[in-house]
Amino acid sequence: MAAPLTLLLLVAVTVRAALFRSSLSELISERVEVVSPLTAWKRVIEGLALLDLGVSPYSGDVFHETPLTIYLFHFLVDYAEVTFMVSVAGSSVFSDYLFRKQKFALEADRYPLDCLELIRSPKEMYYIPLKVAMFYLLNPFTILSCVAKSTCGLNNAIIALFILSTIKGNVLLSAIFLSLATYQSIYPLTLSALLTSVPLSCLINLCVTQWICVFLFWWFIVQYAFMYLGSLFVIICLSFFLLGSWDYLPSVYGFILSVPDLTPNIGLFWYFFAEMFEHFRLFFLCVFQINVFFYTIPLSIKLKEHPVFLIFMQLAVISIFKSYPTVGDISLYMAFLPVWSHLHRFLRNIFLVSCVLLACSALFPVLWHLWIYAGSANSNFYYAITLLFNVAQILLVSDYFYAFLRREHHLTYGLYLKRKDGSEATLVLK
Amino acid sequence: MGLLSDPNRRRALISLLTRLNTPICIVCYMAGVAWFMGLAFEPFTLRTYMSENAMGSTMVEERFPAGERALATGREFSAHKKRTGGMPVEWLMKTMQAKGLEVFTQRFSRTLPFPDENKERYMVRGTNVYGILRAPRAPRTEALVLSAPCSPGDNNNQAVGLLLGLAEYFRNQIYWAKDIIFLVNEHDLIGMQAWLEGYHHTNTTGMDWSPLQGRGGSIQAALSLELSSDIITSLDLVLEGLNGQLPNLDLANLFYAFCQKIGVLCTIQGKLQRNDWDSVSGYSHAVQTMMLMVMKQASGRPWGDHGLFLRYHIEAATIKGVNSFRQYKTDATTIGRLLEGMYRKLNNLLERLHQSYFFYLMPSLSHFVSIGYYMPAFGLLAVILLLRALDLWVQLSTPPQRTEDGSSPGVLSLLTPLVISHLTGVALYMLPIRFQEMAVEHFPVSETEAVVLTAIAVYTLLSPGTEQGWRVLKLVAVLYLAVLLGCTALINFSLGFILALTLVPVAAFVTPHVPKVLSAFILVILSPACTLLFSVFFFQELQEMPISFQDGWLLFLSVISQGILDHSLYGSLVYPLITLLVYPCWLLFWNILFWN
Repeated sequence: MAAPLTLLLLVAVTVRAALFRSSLSELISERVEVVSPLTAWKRVIEGLALLDLGVSPYSGDVFHETPLTIYLFHFLVDYAEVTFMVSVAGSSVFSDYLFRKQKFALEADRYPLDCLELIRSPKEMYYIPLKVAMFYLLNPFTILSCVAKSTCGLNNAIIALFILSTIKGNVLLSAIFLSLATYQSIYPLTLSALLTSVPLSCLINLCVTQWICVFLFWWFIVQYAFMYLGSLFVIICLSFFLLGSWDYLPSVYGFILSVPDLTPNIGLFWYFFAEMFEHFRLFFLCVFQINVFFYTIPLSIKLKEHPVFLIFMQLAVISIFKSYPTVGDISLYMAFLPVWSHLHRFLRNIFLVSCVLLACSALFPVLWHLWIYAGSANSNFYYAITLLFNVAQILLVSDYFYAFLRREHHLTYGLYLKRKDGSEATLVLK
Repeated sequence: MGLLSDPNRRRALISLLTRLNTPICIVCYMAGVAWFMGLAFEPFTLRTYMSENAMGSTMVEERFPAGERALATGREFSAHKKRTGGMPVEWLMKTMQAKGLEVFTQRFSRTLPFPDENKERYMVRGTNVYGILRAPRAPRTEALVLSAPCSPGDNNNQAVGLLLGLAEYFRNQIYWAKDIIFLVNEHDLIGMQAWLEGYHHTNTTGMDWSPLQGRGGSIQAALSLELSSDIITSLDLVLEGLNGQLPNLDLANLFYAFCQKIGVLCTIQGKLQRNDWDSVSGYSHAVQTMMLMVMKQASGRPWGDHGLFLRYHIEAATIKGVNSFRQYKTDATTIGRLLEGMYRKLNNLLERLHQSYFFYLMPSLSHFVSIGYYMPAFGLLAVILLLRALDLWVQLSTPPQRTEDGSSPGVLSLLTPLVISHLTGVALYMLPIRFQEMAVEHFPVSETEAVVLTAIAVYTLLSPGTEQGWRVLKLVAVLYLAVLLGCTALINFSLGFILALTLVPVAAFVTPHVPKVLSAFILVILSPACTLLFSVFFFQELQEMPISFQDGWLLFLSVISQGILDHSLYGSLVYPLITLLVYPCWLLFWNILFWN
């Protein structure tokens, strides 16, 4: 296991190093699909320069990173490339460890016999971590975002660490990383919905009576919330003391939530808010932002016994609906896809969706060229592709969701459904 | 989403698509071609109309009087040109200054990657002269350009003369709200490239030029004038620019409107428009005009000096004076008045031309086909690829009687052909210019041939694989081709459509189980190189200048070398596109054919 992983890391690092040295890296770091106003390296440099001059980095309207990031890069600026490589490699290795721990138990006796082919053999399980690492490291999206030195790589690493510590059951670390992720960009907050499902499934065996169970559950929640809020408080105060002002709050979180920068990107916000009349702006801002958080509730109710799938869904929802998405965010949830390789037989639109995703990825630069350089197309062309790209992502995620639920259904009712009269039945989603 | 989520209906749909795959594909191909041919039929096209309000009606009065004097200036220019054996810089500067312009010069030099045989140049050195007429009525933030090339021999003297005559006349008018730049560029496109790069402070092609000393506002529109005789019979409008980019249709409308108003015969692609669209000959005339445009656009090269302006977001066209044996004659004064009218209209612009279409084909000067009408023709061809891909996907995903070797094909067996074919593409891209330094020949066709033949030989010799293997490879290749052609067609519809016409049948029918020799022959016939060869003959045929096979072959070689030159001089994308992406894709299909 270690050997292929090392090889993979070597390949991934070589590719990135080669791209860093080539003339392409400059081109890539200018692409709007790869860097957003939040994560652009150019802006980090600007912030660092301001910091060195003794000016608050948030005094201009350019820099929107959190204070901790800028202090991190303050020390590491000469090794930026290395940092990004380490963060990417790190997050992949973590994700690698992560799935070793996973216990999709072979509780075959709980399920009807003909479902055996639905349950993954240990051999398949064995390769999943490697596949996850491969999907993350060799995903062109990750490579692009790493070569562009987008700080998205750091955020991904933190989220991966959070997932790792959560699955390992380390409550304190999990809370700390979650607060770090929340601190970096608000959206990972929705990942905390995970907690309602984790302890329930863990505690269910321990409980003797109902109310003890409930009590233990709430006790755990309170504990976790305390740790989470505590560490968030510490981090925020630390930022305050580092900079000596609260400037960063509006400049980072206000920027994320109120979406003042309408530079085109692969998300859904820019076009709507560029077209909208000013007096509707606040209302639709609320609608769009609530949209990101809203899915947490139904998803965590439906998936309360499947925390890892819940994480996957949440990450996907965040990366589709967040205000400044980049391809780096997409690569994070795409790294989960090999984990669900057992769902492939239930996927319905995977061919269509992957074709659309592929075509859209190629069309982004083409339409950008036509719009910005040739001047012959306009923003509608580019937005059409953005829209299509996001629809394809939504279809992909909902397809996986459907497949997951369907597998669950088959696990309980048997793979080959019979009608009452004995003929073969088909499941229809209506 | 009922269709997508109901398993029974999905199954029915998919089985229909797979069962009828071949007939549907054939129908689609026919429909695509028919649609495309239908575009030239006048009832299916739209009449051109002026969209830009600022240029709405032709209510300007043209008063340019000095055609004869302009021609005299042209003759003087010609005499000085002969004396200096090139651009008469001193004389031009003096004359322009005498007309009251701010005059500046720009020197440039450029060494071509290999000698250009058509224009007989290798080390190019020249000077551009331009004079700026400052706008008296506005803050000089915008500019218009009128350019005339200083061509070798006796060409274009009248154009320069008319340019100077117009400059003198324009200088005395008070209504200009935009700077007008009068540019005489040497060495046609190379000079133009140098001037544009200097004006915009960019250097994309690594040319040496001296920085511009004087500059007007941001250029809104430009016209390039080519005029080689004192009296002309018609004016021809050239629109096709670099990479098949076209100026806003309003520029063509403006030209057409003024031609109508002043009563000058105007043509596009050298074809007059006819009114008998319902007759066969009338229709075929329209088809010829449109096909000429498609061919020129597909070549991706600038067909006039205006072609490079388009890259800088400047609407530009070339106006060519044609002197043929027609009865109807037009003198220089009339052309001057036409240009005056067009510039006064452009002067009225409040913003860049953007109202009208940027993507269009013109079967005649008064009719056009917009992107919404011509894209379905390409779409019908692209659908074939998707249908084939769907078919392959269904075959792959319903695991049939798994044979002993039924292990799914490894990544390596898929990666090897992909990598090899792309390496071939890179070799094809690099070698012609790299080998030029060593080769004595003018243009290293032999090396290129060698590369192609080796690649083909390699494929015929080694390509082991399983039944599943070629299906996966073909699925990848078909999707690759679909995305590639789609992107190409968006940037340059004509090129995408021509490539689709030849490559889509290849992609659709190739399997390892078809008769080898025959299919290999068809594959070669439909390869990008042969497509180019046919296009050369077809183009000559359309221009009513048929040529023998020998000449055609020579022309074919010179077209290739021109393509490479266009790429290295102006950054045309056709050559890298063909060598780096289309050719490897074709090689993949070749590989599938010889899959054992």
